[in-house]
Amino acid sequence: MEQSEIYFDNSATTCCTKQVADLVMECMLEDYGNPSSRHMKGVEAEKRVKTAREQIAAALHASEKEIYYTSGGTESDNWAIWGSVTAQHRRGNHLITTSVEHPAILEPMKELERQGYRVTYLPVDEYGRIRPEDLEKALDDETIFVSIMSVNNELGTIQPVEECARLVKAFDERILFHTDAVQAFGKIPMSTRGSRVDMISVSGHKIHAPKGIGFLYVRDGVRINPFMRGGGQQKGMRSGTDNVPGIAGLGQASADICRDIEKQGAYLASLRDRLRDGLSSMEDVRINTPTDGAAPHILNASFSGVRSEVLLHALEDRGIYVSAGSACLSNKKQAVSHVLRAVGMSARHAESAVRFSFGTMNTPEEVDICLEALGQIVPMLRRYTRH
Amino acid sequence: MFHTYLIKYGEIGVKGKNRYVFEDALSGRILERLENVSGEFSVSKEQGRIYVHCAGSFIHEEVVEALQNVFGIVGICPVMVCDEDDPDSIGKAVVEFLAQSYETHDQSFKIIARRARKSYPMPSMELNAIVGGAVLDAYPEMSVDVHEPQIPVHVEIRDQIYIYSKIIPGPGGMPVGTNGRAMLLLSGGIDSPVAGYMIAKRGVRIDAVYFHAPPYTSERAKQKVIDLAKRVSDFAGKMRVHVVNFTDVQLRIYERCPHDELTIIMRRYMMKIAEHFAARDGALALITGESLGQVASQTIQSLAVTNAACTMPVFRPLIGFDKQDIVDISLKIGTYETSILPYEDCCTIFVAKHPVTKPLLHIIERSEKKLGEDFDELVKTAIETAETVEV
Repeated sequence: MEQSEIYFDNSATTCCTKQVADLVMECMLEDYGNPSSRHMKGVEAEKRVKTAREQIAAALHASEKEIYYTSGGTESDNWAIWGSVTAQHRRGNHLITTSVEHPAILEPMKELERQGYRVTYLPVDEYGRIRPEDLEKALDDETIFVSIMSVNNELGTIQPVEECARLVKAFDERILFHTDAVQAFGKIPMSTRGSRVDMISVSGHKIHAPKGIGFLYVRDGVRINPFMRGGGQQKGMRSGTDNVPGIAGLGQASADICRDIEKQGAYLASLRDRLRDGLSSMEDVRINTPTDGAAPHILNASFSGVRSEVLLHALEDRGIYVSAGSACLSNKKQAVSHVLRAVGMSARHAESAVRFSFGTMNTPEEVDICLEALGQIVPMLRRYTRH
Repeated sequence: MFHTYLIKYGEIGVKGKNRYVFEDALSGRILERLENVSGEFSVSKEQGRIYVHCAGSFIHEEVVEALQNVFGIVGICPVMVCDEDDPDSIGKAVVEFLAQSYETHDQSFKIIARRARKSYPMPSMELNAIVGGAVLDAYPEMSVDVHEPQIPVHVEIRDQIYIYSKIIPGPGGMPVGTNGRAMLLLSGGIDSPVAGYMIAKRGVRIDAVYFHAPPYTSERAKQKVIDLAKRVSDFAGKMRVHVVNFTDVQLRIYERCPHDELTIIMRRYMMKIAEHFAARDGALALITGESLGQVASQTIQSLAVTNAACTMPVFRPLIGFDKQDIVDISLKIGTYETSILPYEDCCTIFVAKHPVTKPLLHIIERSEKKLGEDFDELVKTAIETAETVEV
């Protein structure tokens, strides 16, 4: 049977838009020069890089000199942490983050703990949200760096990032504040104007740009150390030949996604709410994403009695792609995600958690098809529960 | 380096009048295995020897590695071939051979001449002395030791002169294809690929059946099994993998039978289905990776009940192995890394907490009666809809 694909896994990655893909292609076939070259080919490529920087800076109301291209979210997160800690280590050895961060934050933090740093992992409520008063309590004279994600990638929960940043700066201006905005950029309005956030990580492939490109925003005046050293590109802050095709794509995608962010956000929220409403009439379905204070594109739900990976494959059979909230590891211990563990979810719900994440290319009809499929599949799968 | 390898084979040398069958199979398997190695290769047989001749841009290590995967080969000897057959020329050739084969020249050695060409005018002992003298002249620090030489230099007088001293061990066993066919029940685990390897090593051509249970098992689990089959086929030669969609059969068993008997009943039907494919492919036996007592379905009672489901002989080469022994072989043959990838397979999805460990055949058969009259239809559909992948 011929069936169309329904891609509800936009938090994992997105499809490039045609416009972005064309631009990337142009930079590979025509303006393929090295921006560092002195000749005309280099100048053309440099223009591409500059245009993209303008587009990104505009999207964040930032200045062009505050944008540094990286290979993506993981590099941006790692750089923000190492770059800050190595620049600040004389002042103290205490770092603060949350227990629901992406591994690109948690793993470097664990490594720093092994090296002797103290790290506080803030607890979260049932929706994965931290409480600013916990942050306030955690701050001390040794604190040098705080990282709090903007939107949780599994639940869609928005963290009170601006409030936290103000609180941190009120405690001590010198503490550097970073946010991983990989799931937030282009989904919720963000601005560096009037913000106290020092660093922002963004990944290209979550916003219809290619994989392998992203950026780190570093507020003017904030001093962090470079992570990648070499040929001295990007003012010596991030060496390595500029990924011109990726950069051009990222610039275009940033401009596109932030142009009508309110409108696009409302559209994504309408898809999410359509799914939420549909699921609420199904038996034994628990919505894990909060109703208020959530990004518009993510809905996490648990289908009790159905293991998420099985549901994922059953939906896949009908051309519907979603993400499993937890990874099943054979018949061994269930490996439940650290996020679902942190929010205190019961094993029964965590094992059956599925994430739906939308993009502007999705339609209400697709949501309806998905709901219909779930209505058929879930009762069928529940007949065969492992015990 | 040298362009020729002398292939030593063990057991197939003693197969009497069938010997040519085994030699032809070995030559065939060698050529098959070398198809994906860069260079041009030919195989020749003469007087109880098989030689591999290399031309073009081949790499010694690659050729040896490929040959080390061919069952039936006991040893691989890099050989220098020379045309001049007078004793002085042979002496010079051996000196050159030692220069190319060894970095230092202070070892003890022995010349072992053998005249396959009986018309050669000089007796072997005399030739040994002349060639040995030439070596001593060239390398004064080398010494003769006829009892335990560090370098035994073989000089074989045939149409040409063959000189070799190193024997690189091969895998042993018998050439695949000389011992019929068998059907392997292949899962994504550690054991079954090893079982397949071991039976293939005895010269058996193998095909495999894999039981896939979408959506409970993922596409990746299937790919993993195909990857394992590919690795086994590096040794066993081309294989057919029959991918059977087992979901409906499994769900019916789940619905109708006591849950502590699920695994044993499921395994009985796996045997039946595998036997069907075996008969179709001309195989005369089944192969499983079962090891006595490893899990509930591998107790002696369970094996007896499983075995009763089919009439073909079931080869269980791992039956007396400890898990660690099996792991060691899987590491050696390169299936371990793939086997431990964490994808659910159909044996693990509906496992009961306390499966029966001492099933009785009549009780299991009584449970199977509950599967319904149309159950055979489900089994038949599973067989008919199987997808066959060649690796």
